[in-house]
Order: sequence, then C-alpha cells, then structure tokens
Amino acid sequence: MSVHIRDYPGIPLKDRDIGEGRVLTTEWHVKAQYAWDTGAALSRFFRALKEGKIYGRWCPGCDRIVVPPRMFCEWCFRPTVRWVEVCDTGRVNTFSVSYVNWDASRSAVPRVPAVIELDGASPGMGIMHLLGEVGDTLEEILRRVKVGMPVRAVWKPPAERQGAITDILYFAPCRDEGATEPGGCGCGGAVGADRAAPTTSGTDACGCGGGEG
Amino acid sequence: MRVAIVGVGATPLRSLSTCASFRELVYEAAVRAYEDAGIAPKDVDTFVAVSEDYWEGTAIFDEYVPDQLGAVLKPVHTICADGITALGAAVMQLQTGRFRIAVVEGHAKPSNVLYPSHIEAFALDPVFVRPLGLNPRFVAGLGMRRFLAERDYTELDCARVVAQNRRHALDNPWAAHPAAVEPEDVLASEPLAEPLKELDVAPYADGAVVLVLATEEVARELRDDPVFIRGIGWAQDTPDLGQQDWGRAVYCELAAARAYRMAGIRDPVRELDLAEVDDTFSYKELQHLEALGLARPGDAAAMLKEGFFSRCGQLPVNPSGGNLGAGYLLDASGLRQVAEVVWQLRGEAGACQVPGAEVGLAQSWRGIPTAAGAVAVLAR
Repeated sequence: MSVHIRDYPGIPLKDRDIGEGRVLTTEWHVKAQYAWDTGAALSRFFRALKEGKIYGRWCPGCDRIVVPPRMFCEWCFRPTVRWVEVCDTGRVNTFSVSYVNWDASRSAVPRVPAVIELDGASPGMGIMHLLGEVGDTLEEILRRVKVGMPVRAVWKPPAERQGAITDILYFAPCRDEGATEPGGCGCGGAVGADRAAPTTSGTDACGCGGGEG
Repeated sequence: MRVAIVGVGATPLRSLSTCASFRELVYEAAVRAYEDAGIAPKDVDTFVAVSEDYWEGTAIFDEYVPDQLGAVLKPVHTICADGITALGAAVMQLQTGRFRIAVVEGHAKPSNVLYPSHIEAFALDPVFVRPLGLNPRFVAGLGMRRFLAERDYTELDCARVVAQNRRHALDNPWAAHPAAVEPEDVLASEPLAEPLKELDVAPYADGAVVLVLATEEVARELRDDPVFIRGIGWAQDTPDLGQQDWGRAVYCELAAARAYRMAGIRDPVRELDLAEVDDTFSYKELQHLEALGLARPGDAAAMLKEGFFSRCGQLPVNPSGGNLGAGYLLDASGLRQVAEVVWQLRGEAGACQVPGAEVGLAQSWRGIPTAAGAVAVLAR
C-alpha cells in the first residue's frame, strides 16, 4: 500500500524544534537512589578487597568454591559453609575490545573487559574485570591477549582502597606463567586443603544435576 | 484442574534488614517454603516472581531472580504486578497441564530505597500530572476525600481501622509494626495530604515470601492438608486520575466477582471465615470491604466500629494486622496476605488464629497511583 503514497503528511521534528521549545517537551530528574544491603556474603568479600584479598565460599554439596561468594549454592541449594581465600591470579576466559564511549563516539584507547577465572576457585568461577598493560591499539591488544592467558591483579595502593571491585585496577599479563599454577600463586595453599575436606563430593552426591564436581 | 498451595515460606518482616542482601532474604523464605512443602528446588517445574525495576534499583531485574530460588536454568516468568496477580499467573501455568509444581516469589527492601516518594512520583503521568510537582501521596488524599464524602464516613472511622489492625499485629510475631494505637493518635498524627495523615499509611517493611503451588494430584501426594485456590480474579482500571471512580474500588469489585464465581461463593459474609484485605491506606480497607461485598456501601464503618471485623468478630478482617500492622511489602504484600490465609486455614496462625477457619480470602491493591488489584479465595 505505502508504495502508492507520494506525499506523507506531517512535519519532521528537528533538534532545533526541541531546543527552542517549539514543541511540548517534559523533563524529569528521577531521584532513583539506593543504599543496597550487601548482606553476609558480599560484605566480607568487599572488606577483604581492602586488604588485597579475594574470598570465596565453599559448597559442601557440589564441592565448589564460588567467587564472588554467596551464602547458598544456586545449584544444590545448600548453604555454603566455609570462607576460602582464593588467588588474585587467574586466566582469561573471554575478553572483548571496547571502543564505544557512552555517546557512541570512539575511544582513543580501547578498554579490554574480560572474564577472569581465578586460581583456587572452581572452574567456571569467573569475575568480570578489565585487562591492563596489554597495549593501546587493537592490533597490539589482539597480539598480546589470548583466551586462556594467565593474568594477575594489579591493586590500588592500600590507602586508596574503598572496599569496592575497583580496588583492583585491572588484571595484567603474568610475566612468569609458572607462577599461576594452582597453589603456586602464594595465597597460602588453603585452597587445596579446603577442597580435600568434604566427605561427599561430585554431582551425584548433591543431586543438583548440573556442572562439574 | 484444581490448584493448591502446598508450601509457605517467609522471613520475619522488619523495618530494616541490614544483615541480609535481597538474595539472602529470598533464600531464607525459599528454604522455609520448600521444607514446608517437602520438596527440593529440582522438583519445581516453573517459577513466577514479582518485581518492579525502580523499587529494586536495577533495570531488567528479572535476570536476578533465579539463583536464590534454586531456579537456575529453569523456566522463570517475572511479572510486574501485585503478588496475587502473580499467583494467578502460576495457577494458569499449572492449569496448562505442562507443569506439576510452581513457585511464586515476592520480596521487598524499601529500606534500601532512599527516596520512595520519588519512585512513586515517577509512576505518575509524565505529561499531565508530574509537571504539577506534587508528592504522590496526594493521590491517596483525593481517594480518601471522595470516598468519605460519598459515604458520609469520617476520618475517625478510618482511624479505627488503623487502631484495630496495628493492635491485631501485636499477636503476630512476623509483623513489623505492631502497636497499641488509639484512633485519637491517628487523628493527631502529622497531616500528609489532607484528609490523609501519617498513621493512615501502612509503614514499609522489608521481607520475602515464597509459595509452592501444585496440581491437585501432586498436592495430595505432598501433604494431607493442601489449601486450594478455589477462585482468583484480577482487574485494572484506567490510569487516568481524572477519570477513575474515586468513590469505589471498581477493580476490586470485578476481581471479587470473578473469584467468587469461580469459587461458587454467593454470600461471602456467611461463607468466608476470614479475609486479608488491602489496607495500605486506612480508608482503602473500608472501600475494599464494600467492593468485596463484605459490607453494604455505607455500612462498613459502623460494622468495623461494632467489632464485626475484629479477630473475634463475625468476620475477622486482617487478623494478621494487615499492611498497617505487618508492614507494606510493595508488590509482595499480596503474597504475605495469601501466606497468612494459608496459615489460618491450616490452623497454624498461632495467637492470630481464627478458630475453625475453613474458607479465607486475600485481596491486594497495587498501591498508588494504580487502580489495580486481585482477589483469591482459598479453602481446605
């Protein structure tokens, strides 16, 4: 039908019409402000970040160390029962090179968001963060960053930490790859001890039917 | 196909819940509900949650629903409505015959919202109403004024609702706002939007409620005393503040008519043993009682004054304390009402128990500025 219409009725809006108040506009600044209770799990997690430590929780049903920590296991629905310090090293699960600013303009230096699977946490337990010290151009970043690459956290100076995820500035490539083998990161080897603790383990025991033991 | 409630879980309602995240609150309610039903989350076929992004402070809040319910990688249906409407959604899902067990979840953490009135103001029409720059409580003031004028009720009649419900809450250990309040205290409280005063408003509470529903066959396998949803209905009026019927709760009349028809209820005053009725503002309880057919128009205030609706009256209304006494849980309020009715029908309501209760009603309203609500009739 529309192919038969030659002249469309109406007048298109221009920026100027809105800017000069020629059309009805309404503006409202909603005071949507919140003070979320972080709760038992994340309170401890954020407090530990101030000390340069990363904590997870151990689920006895699935024998999983979950990071960021939660007080319950979303797989088997049992309470998690122990705090476990994990390493501030890990491997890149996936990454992207982000060029687009909020107003859709191009960044001069792209940022590199990545999922980092932390050493000492269970496989698949990644946290979202940024990669740094990986170059300023796409070519350089793609040459230096690979899926599976070992990385380490670069922290803010202790006095500047606020108990927030930004207390970690970014994750940078490890110079010595051998240092990121499990237990080799210097977090005290607590991980191995905790993982040996449960008497039941694996998916059969927890009945959750999902994931690895 | 009949659908029953086989599990109820809740957290105690409190003004603050600083020691728990919303996830931890919901987890507690869910564990209680699953234990009560004798199931594990893996037995659940479908989940329905209520949430409102601006109350949560997160856009697309439905993405945060699964973990604390044990709903990861399961069908989840999050709706933006009051709790009893969500209950209706779960009933319909079970009645498709494709699901055996459904879970309904609602939670509220208004203590985390720094400017709740600004969230309500953002719900007002942006072109016609918001530019007037009013605190949204005025909507309740308009409703109260017109209702009192049409019925020849007084502010004292509304104050008696507050006194009764907050006193009822004294016997409810789950309630956040029990108080020995006299009607005079309500009349003397701070004016908000005349004739509405501070104590006419249900104070907020934090908490979570989880219900487990099952088809009749499964329900009878799970427990000896399932509580059946005999009737349910919901309706929504125009959002236009200039054109609502301020004197009546038409949405509630229509929702009740549907629920009664489905449940086969002809004379609700005689057939119901108790009702949890929305009292988010004191006058709303009187208006809703009339809309539900529990009082003839013009009779509700006198009946309340004479004790007809008190816990030991002929038809106990809000024996739990209602939203005024238990606390206003935003859209989870309707689920709290349903939980209270289930406990009553099972004889588990403790000091709030209405002796011998067999048939109960829960009625919710979505709050200002809406004219939307739902009604459920429950029975053993």
